[in-house]
Amino acid sequence: MLRNNKILAAALALGPAAALAEEAAKPALDSGNTAWMLVSTALVLFMTIPGLALFYGGMVRAKNVLSVLMQCFAITALVSVLWVLYGYSVAFDTTGMEKGTVNLYSFVGGMTKAFMTGVGRDSLTLTIPETVFATFQMTFAIITPALIVGAFAERMKFSALLAFMTLWFTFAYLPIAHMVWSGDGALLWDWGVLDFAGGTVVHINAGIAGLVACLVLGKRKGYPHTAMPPHSLGYTLIGASMLWVGWFGFNAGSAVAADGAAGMAMLVTQVATATAALGWMTAEWLAHGKPSVLGIASGAVAGLVAVTPAAGTCGPMGALLLGLVSGVVCFFTATRLKRALGYDDSLDVFGVHAVGGILGAVLTGAFADASLGGRGLAEGVTIAAQLWTQIKGAGFTIVYTAAVSFVLLKAVDAVIGLRVSEEEETQGLDIALHDERGYNL
Amino acid sequence: MKLITAIIKPFKLDDVREALSEIGVQGLTVTEVKGFGRQKGHTELYRGAEYVVDFLPKVKLELAVDDTMVERAVEAITRAANTGKIGDGKIFVFDLGQVIRIRTGETGPAAL
Repeated sequence: MLRNNKILAAALALGPAAALAEEAAKPALDSGNTAWMLVSTALVLFMTIPGLALFYGGMVRAKNVLSVLMQCFAITALVSVLWVLYGYSVAFDTTGMEKGTVNLYSFVGGMTKAFMTGVGRDSLTLTIPETVFATFQMTFAIITPALIVGAFAERMKFSALLAFMTLWFTFAYLPIAHMVWSGDGALLWDWGVLDFAGGTVVHINAGIAGLVACLVLGKRKGYPHTAMPPHSLGYTLIGASMLWVGWFGFNAGSAVAADGAAGMAMLVTQVATATAALGWMTAEWLAHGKPSVLGIASGAVAGLVAVTPAAGTCGPMGALLLGLVSGVVCFFTATRLKRALGYDDSLDVFGVHAVGGILGAVLTGAFADASLGGRGLAEGVTIAAQLWTQIKGAGFTIVYTAAVSFVLLKAVDAVIGLRVSEEEETQGLDIALHDERGYNL
Repeated sequence: MKLITAIIKPFKLDDVREALSEIGVQGLTVTEVKGFGRQKGHTELYRGAEYVVDFLPKVKLELAVDDTMVERAVEAITRAANTGKIGDGKIFVFDLGQVIRIRTGETGPAAL
C-alpha cells in the first residue's frame, strides 16, 4: 500500500515555496492526509467490532451467539497488545532490506521497532504520523484472524482459540503482511504483486486458514443432517452493512493519503460491492427460486473482498465486472462446493474470503491495465505477465498459510485440545464456556 | 356446558374473535401453537442448506359455552376461519364438567 504514494510528489504538492523546495525530498506531515487516516483507522476497527462480530453472530444458533461475539472482541484486544509488543516491527521494519535481494528480511521484519521503539510523536510514515500508520495497520492485523472465526464457529475451545490466534498472527499474518507490503526487498513486493488493501494478506490468508481449521477440527455434531439455521439474520445484515461502510476506511484508507487514489478506491469499492450483491441475489433467485437476505449480504461481502486488492488500480467499469463475477462465483462455492465436498466451514470463510480473495487477487492483474480502465501496469509489463505475477503471489500465500495453519492447529490440539466436548457443543458454547446466555427472554 | 377448542390460521384470529363477540361469547383464551396436519410444511434455505419446517404456526382458541350456544359458536368459528384451503384447522367440542369463577365462587352456567 506504500507503493501508491510518491513521497516526492506529496512533498512537492505542499507548495512552491523556496524553503520547501529544498526539503522537497524529505516528507512533511500533511494534516489532510493525517485526518483521513485517523478516520480510516476508526472505520476499519469498526469493521471487526461490531461489524464482523454481528455478521457472524447472527449466522450461528442462538446458543452460540455470545461465543462468536466474544471471540471477535477478544481477538481485537489480544492482537492490539501483540502488535505494539512485536507485531508492527515484524511486519513493517525495513532493516536489512534491499531491492532485488532475497534474505531473511525479505520474509520477516527485524525487531528494531519492537515495543514501538523509536515510534514517537515526530516519526512520520510518508506524510502521516507513524503512530497513525501503525494503528491503521493494527486494525488490519485484528480483522484478519477474526475472519477465521467463522470457519470453526460453534465448536472451538476459547482457550485454544486464544493460543491459536497468538501463534497464527505471529507466524502467518506478520510474515505475509511483511512480504507483500513492507516495500523494496520484501519477497512478494519485489515480484511485483499488486495487493492494494489486502486481498492476499487479509482474505486469502484468513480464508485458507479457515479451510484448514475446519478440516482439522472436523464437522459440528449433527452436520449436515441437523438443521443449523442462522438465529438472527437481522444481526447479519446489520453486520454486513457495517462491514460495507467500514470498508471505505479499509480500501480508500490504503492510499495512506486523502487524494485521487483514495477517491477512486472509494468509488470502485462501492461499485464492486453493489454488483456482487446483485450477482449473488440473482444467481440464488435463478437457482433456488427466491432471493434471500443472507444471500444479498453474503454477496456484498464477496464483492468487498474481491475489490480489496484491486481498489488502487482498477477503474469503475472494471470494478463493475469484478464484483459481478465474485458475487456469482462465491454463491456457487459457498452453496454448492461446500455441500459437494462435505467440509463444515460454518460461516463460509473459505467460500467467500478465500475464493473471493483469489478471484480478486488474480483479476487485479487484468483490471489494472489501462485498456480495461485501470491505472495502468508498470512500464513494459503485459496483462499476461501481471496475471502470472498475481497467480504466483496468491499461490505462494495459499501454500504458505495452509502449511503454517496446519502445523499450528496440530500443535495447539496436542497441548490443550481444539474442540469442546460433545456435551458442551450440544449445550451451546455460551453456557458451556462463558456461563452466560445471549437471550434471557 | 361444552369446551370448544379450535385450531385456526393465525391471520384469521381477529375475524373469529369478532364473529364470536357478535353472537355473545363473553370470553376466550388464545395460545400460539405449532403443529402439522394435511397442510404440508415449507422449506427454508440458507446458503444452499435446505431445512424442512414440518411444524407450522397456528392459533389455538379455547372457550367454554352454555349448551344453547354451542351450535352457533361452532358455526361462527367455521364461517370466520374458512379460507377453503388445506390448513384452515379443526374444531373440537368437549363436555365440560364444572366451571368456577374464582372471584365470586359462582359455579356452573352462572360462571360462564
